[in-house]
Order: sequence, then structure tokens, then C-alpha cells
Amino acid sequence: MVIMHMNANQPPLMATKGICMDFGGVNVLKNIDFEIRSGTIHGLIGENGAGKSTLLKILAGVYQPKSGTILLNGEPIVIHNPHAAGMMGIALIHQEPLTFPDLDVAENIFVGRQPVTNGIPVIDWSNIYRRADNLLKQLGVDLNPHAKVRGMSIADQQMIEIAGALSQNAKILLMDEPTAALTSNEVNKLFNIMRKLRDEGTAIVFISHRLEEMIEISDEITVLRDGEKVGECRPKDISMDDIIQLMVGRKISTLFEKVKGYNIGKPVLEVSGLSRAMKFEDISFDVREGEIVGMAGLIGSGQRDVARALFGTLGIDRGTVKIAGEFVKIRHPRDAVSKGLIYLPEDRQAIGLLMPMSVMHNVTLAALEKFSPGGWLREKEEKAATQEYIDKLRIVLRSMTQPVRELSGGNQQKVALSKWLLTKPKIMILDEPTHGIDVGAKAEVHRLMGELASQGIAILMISSELPEILAMSDRIIVMHEGRITSILEKNEATAEKIMAAATGLINERA
Amino acid sequence: MTTVSNIPKVQRISGTNMAIRLARFREIGIILLLILIVLGASVVEPSFLKPFNIRTIFLWLPLLTVIAMGEVMVIITKGIDVSVGSTMALAGISVGMIWRQNPSFNIYASTGIAILIGLAAGALNGALIAWAKLPPIIATLGTLNAYRGLTFIVSGGRQIDPNYVPRKIIFWSIKGPFGNEMVPWVVVIAFFITVVTWAFLHYTVTGRNIYAIGGNLNASRLRGVPVEWTIFLVYTITGALAGFSGILYASRFGFVNPGETGVGFELTVIAAVVIGGTSMFGGSGSAFGVFIGCLLLAVINVALAVLGVAATWQLAVYGAVILLAAIADALIQLKLRRAITGE
Repeated sequence: MVIMHMNANQPPLMATKGICMDFGGVNVLKNIDFEIRSGTIHGLIGENGAGKSTLLKILAGVYQPKSGTILLNGEPIVIHNPHAAGMMGIALIHQEPLTFPDLDVAENIFVGRQPVTNGIPVIDWSNIYRRADNLLKQLGVDLNPHAKVRGMSIADQQMIEIAGALSQNAKILLMDEPTAALTSNEVNKLFNIMRKLRDEGTAIVFISHRLEEMIEISDEITVLRDGEKVGECRPKDISMDDIIQLMVGRKISTLFEKVKGYNIGKPVLEVSGLSRAMKFEDISFDVREGEIVGMAGLIGSGQRDVARALFGTLGIDRGTVKIAGEFVKIRHPRDAVSKGLIYLPEDRQAIGLLMPMSVMHNVTLAALEKFSPGGWLREKEEKAATQEYIDKLRIVLRSMTQPVRELSGGNQQKVALSKWLLTKPKIMILDEPTHGIDVGAKAEVHRLMGELASQGIAILMISSELPEILAMSDRIIVMHEGRITSILEKNEATAEKIMAAATGLINERA
Repeated sequence: MTTVSNIPKVQRISGTNMAIRLARFREIGIILLLILIVLGASVVEPSFLKPFNIRTIFLWLPLLTVIAMGEVMVIITKGIDVSVGSTMALAGISVGMIWRQNPSFNIYASTGIAILIGLAAGALNGALIAWAKLPPIIATLGTLNAYRGLTFIVSGGRQIDPNYVPRKIIFWSIKGPFGNEMVPWVVVIAFFITVVTWAFLHYTVTGRNIYAIGGNLNASRLRGVPVEWTIFLVYTITGALAGFSGILYASRFGFVNPGETGVGFELTVIAAVVIGGTSMFGGSGSAFGVFIGCLLLAVINVALAVLGVAATWQLAVYGAVILLAAIADALIQLKLRRAITGE
């Protein structure tokens, strides 16, 4: 039975009215009205941080909205938890499938709702395998119900989750970036299954960053930007450029200080043909003295892996790296630091700083040998050096013996910067340098970056925030699925061009 | 600028086959190791396979196996219980105190009381871990000492001497079904508990939930698995089994000593569980694998004695075997991760 798609008169199966959500005072969703109809695929698109996943998680009962109502079949409902959502026929397929690696395929489908033999509480294994087999056949998936899930591809694990949703007759399937980790072949397969389910009357909400596929599969598209719904359209009524315009449409923030007045010198970091299986392929670029090169792309497109490879925490299969004109082999962060290349990771809490230790101990950590001739630390010199950077970087603190944990995000980032500046780097890789710090501190970090560049340091900045990339970079490298799809000069770069390259629409280097 | 619709993806290596092959290695590994030790020992010392030695190996099993069947469930949930040795002593001593007062006290009622004492001790562990959210190692390290202390308090520091242990209970370690002396009742009981544990883990929803919790805690919650209740239950069952082992100890050795019974036994149990192919990372393990792990430790023990190796060496050999198993485990996990994620 094929249900007419896009019948405007058809009442929505599920709807939200005025949904608001915040995390720690930051508004993530503002007044979202959203409708899902039976037998349609509804695409949800927007930049990183636009609130797409949050909206899905509210629909699936993972989060409770701050305000607003959710309607199911026109009735207002409260979804207390994901299990309750499941009972209502709402299933969420996570971007990273939630599977049980040591259990087999059939059991993964039925965990939490195993059929038992009538009368006695004994699991009916033959029933489980038979039903699993049927569900997988119904989906047209070639998976052995007896095979263990450990080691299976993301695509196969998604199929297992979809089969799990079908096993409880899900009427609403929420899919959070299901295609992010799939090959194009696997995407086609997934789309066929999605179309089949839609034609059988299932309502599907689908998040993707890939515009082309979004337009290919969706019956309706909703665009979110900064937690607000900025557009709702049918793919046939709108062009790809219009959608990109909607996604990035905001004015570029004036908060970013444009840096100028320094000269760009000769290349200090030259990367050629860098490859690592399953991570990135054929990466070639250079960064010059006093230059800030922005590295853009959707999260997980390989930018961080390239940075890790350059810093020696991820091995490479092929390719060469030159620093200051000399070929170098970096196998360990020690090698990188001694060659003058440092990496400031995004996650300050986990890997960037030693949170319980004092500011001073953090600042001097990477250059301890400077303060320890003969093996003994000289605290006086440590103090002097720390004070120097506290003044230079305007770090706000009570005392240098204060644990780093107590500082604000922006000041923590400055401590992390000081740590590396003490090693006198020639090249700095900054991974999301302003992520999770407030607006004022952002401008401060950007000012610092400009100053460092003017001293001749070459900076490679990874960022998923387009305004930051556009404002700070002299050149912009865009990555998509482990490859560089575009390198743009400052004067030719626009948000639209970057987004097109990041979503794989444009690949001028293929 | 050119527009290309299909950019070639970064190549993906299929690690599935290797991963599957490796995943099966561990259980085959211990069976091979077991055969190797038996063959080696019987070549060097043909008397190793004499009925007397085999019976000694069998008698080694019950205490270890019964507690290990609880411990394996705990470890599958990604937990650990180091209080089992103390729980065993507490149950044994408490029942012994009854025997001292009343030598003709019913032995089945005694067994029931020992199990109940263990159950209560395990329930406290479970509550501390499931609801008070203490890390399992901390909670059970605390009760390891607390229960040992209780053992001293209950007994006044005195041993339950052989003359107080009922003859019938000692007989469980001497005679078996149909009056045979090769496979005493305690061994039959241990094997029975292994089969029941296997069936529980394989055929009940709770049993499957134990694997689910250890495999992916977050996903289990999202699937509506009663996580806290299941964890509580697992520690409670382990306590009950440890309590029952108090009786098995009295049967096997004919005495219970507050400062000796079960001291350090938790480590032997954990060793048997890990050698039996249970991952310390949770989510996998089987009752029969653990049974073979227990058998392996028993065989090593008896082999060392038959081969004339001093008892002083036995601990060192245990350590070496545990380390071997742990290293194999870690290496396999590493290889699997490489194969799957490319890290």
C-alpha cells in the first residue's frame, strides 16, 4: 500500500509546539514548531550546533524540553525516557549505533524485549532467531543472525538497530546522521530501506550534513540555525544554494578581530601526500611563517586525525612532512615539540591540561628540562617564567598555585597556550581553540592568535565554526571524508563555498 | 571549480574475519593449555593420572567453582567482588557456632542458614554498588574487611574444630552418588551449579541482561533493562554462593578458622574466572569457560605437587598463569580495536 506523500491536509502524526531547550543557560532550541507526517521522510539540516540532534533526542525522550509541548496523534504527551518512547512506537537510531558487541545479531535486536516461552520465564531462542531472520529479510539485509556484532561495520550495526525498531512496530523512526559513517554504496542501500519503510507508512526524520542526499531522499526539509527554525520547504521547490543560504545566513559576527600588519614568510610546514587507512587520504598543504591557515569541514572529516598524525599520536601509512625545509619523521609528540611543532587539543579537560594541578605546574610542564639543569627543578625560575606569561597573555587568576580547574574556559585555554609557548614553537596546531569558551574570551584568544602570527609563528587552526574560520584565516583548507576538497584564499572564501566543499558538493582537487 | 558527485571514500579495511578468528582464540587457548599441562605432567611423572590424583583434582573444584559461578556474573557486568573469601568464612563460622552449641543441628537447615548469611552479605554489596553507586572494588574491599572482622567477632577468634563439624557434612567430600568414592557429592554439586548457572545466563531474561549491562551500559538503560536491580541481584547471588561455600569448606577440610578460611581466596576465584575467558572489560564470559578455568587451576596445583614442586612455588605459578591470560586478553582487545576502528 502506497500512501500519498506530502498531503498537506493530512494531520501530523507527531508534532512539537514551541519547544525550548537550554544546556547550562545556553539556548539550544528556541520555540521549535515541528511536524512529522506518516509516510514521509523529513530531512533536518543545519550547521554543527544548530540543535538538530537535540531536537531528535527530545522527540525520543532522551532529554526533557525546558518548555513547549509534544503531540502524538494530536494528543499532548510527555515522553519520560527512551524506553517509554519505544513503547509509543518512537525509535531513535543514533549516529553511533548503540549495540552490544559481544552479543549476536539476533539478540542485539531483542535486548530488553526478548520473547519468552509461554508460561515459563525461559527465553525462546528459536523464536528470537526466526523473528530476527524475518526482520532482516524484510529489510533486505544480508546478515547472519548468529554472528557476533563486534567488528561489524557501522552500516550493519545501523541495520540491526533499525530491525530492533521494526521489532516493536515503530511508527516514527528518528535517524541522527545515519549516513555520516557510510560508504556511498551503503548509503544507497539505506535509502532503499528508508523508502520502503516510508511507503509502508512509517514517518522518518533524517539528519544529514550532505545536501545532495538530503534533497534526494527527503519529502520535506526543515532548516535549523542556532536553535531556531529558519526554513521549511519541499526539495522540489528550492535549490541547493537556497538551502546553504538558509543554513549559514547569519551575518558574520563582528566579534572576531581581524588581524593584519604582519608579513607572511616562507613555508615552515609542508605536508605532502599524507595518508592513513580509514582516517585520511592524500593530504597535501603548507603553512607559512606568520600565516593562519584555517582547517574547515564537518566534524569528523579527518581534520583532527591529520593534526594527530602531524603531532605523532597517530601513525601514517604514506606521505612526507617538512618543517622549515627539512624532512622530518615524527613518531612521538616529543619529536614534534623538539622540531618546534605543538598541538593544542580541543578537549582541555581530558587531554589538554592537568586540571587538579596548579597553573604554574601546567605552564612549565612541557618545558621542564629548561628549569631543571642537573635534574632538579628550580622553582624560582619556574615562577618567573609563569609570571611572564600570566602578564603577556593577561591570564586572570588568584595565584599561580591555584588549580587550573578553578579558572574560566578562556583562561584555561591561555594556560594551555602558555605551556606550549614556553617551548618556543615555530608551528602551532590549534584544535577548536575557542570551543566552549564565552564570547569575550573568544575575542581575546583571537587577538592572541594574531599576535603570535605577527611574531612569525605559523598557525594551523581547526575549527567547525564558519565565522571563526572566515574571520581568522589567511587561507582555508576544507576537508570532506578524509580528503581535502578545497583550499581557498582569504579573499575568495565565502561561507557558501566552504559549506559546499565540506558537504562534498564541490571537490576542486579530485 | 569542478563538481564531482562521488568522491572516492577513504579505504576501509575489513577486519571482521580476523576479529572473529581472534575472538574465539581465548577459550580454545585454555583448553589447549589444559591438555598441554596434563600431557606434560603425565609424561614427566606417569603416576599423575592415578585415580588418587584425579580425585584430588576433583576435590579441588567445588569451593572454587561454586564461588566462581557468582564471580563470573559479577565480572560480566564489568564489576568485581573481592569480599567472597570473607563471606565464605563468615557463613562457615556462624554455622559452626551453631554446631558447637547443638551438635545434632539439622545439616540441611545449617546449609540454608549459611546460604542466607551469604545472601545478606551479598545483598549489602549489591546495594552499595547498585544504588549508593560505590565503585565495586571499593565497596567489596570494604566489606572484605568488615565481614572478616565479623567472623572474628562471631567466633571470638576461635576455630571450629573437626569434632564439631557434623559427620554427614564431612561425608559429602568422601562419598558420591551410589557410594562411589571417585566423584564425591561436593563435586557433583559444583557441576550441578555450573549447569544451572549456564542455563540461567543463557535462558533467562535476567541472565541476558547481565551480558547487556556489561556490554553497553548506556544502551541497556535506553532499552529499558532494569540495570540497578540486575546488578544488585548479581552480587546477592554471588554472596549466597559464597555462603554455601562455607559449608563446602567445612565438608572438605573438617574445620573453619576465622583467620585462615578464605583468606586471599577471592584472588584465586578471580584468576579462575579470567583464565576461563571472561573479559575484565565486561560483556563476555561463560559458565563452562570458567569451569575449565577452575579445572586448569586445580590441575596446575596437583601437577606441581605430584611433580614435587615445592608449595612455595605455587603462588608464583598462579601469578604467571593469570598474567598470561591477562596479557592475551589485552592483546586481543587491542588487535580488535585496531581492526575495527583503525586506531
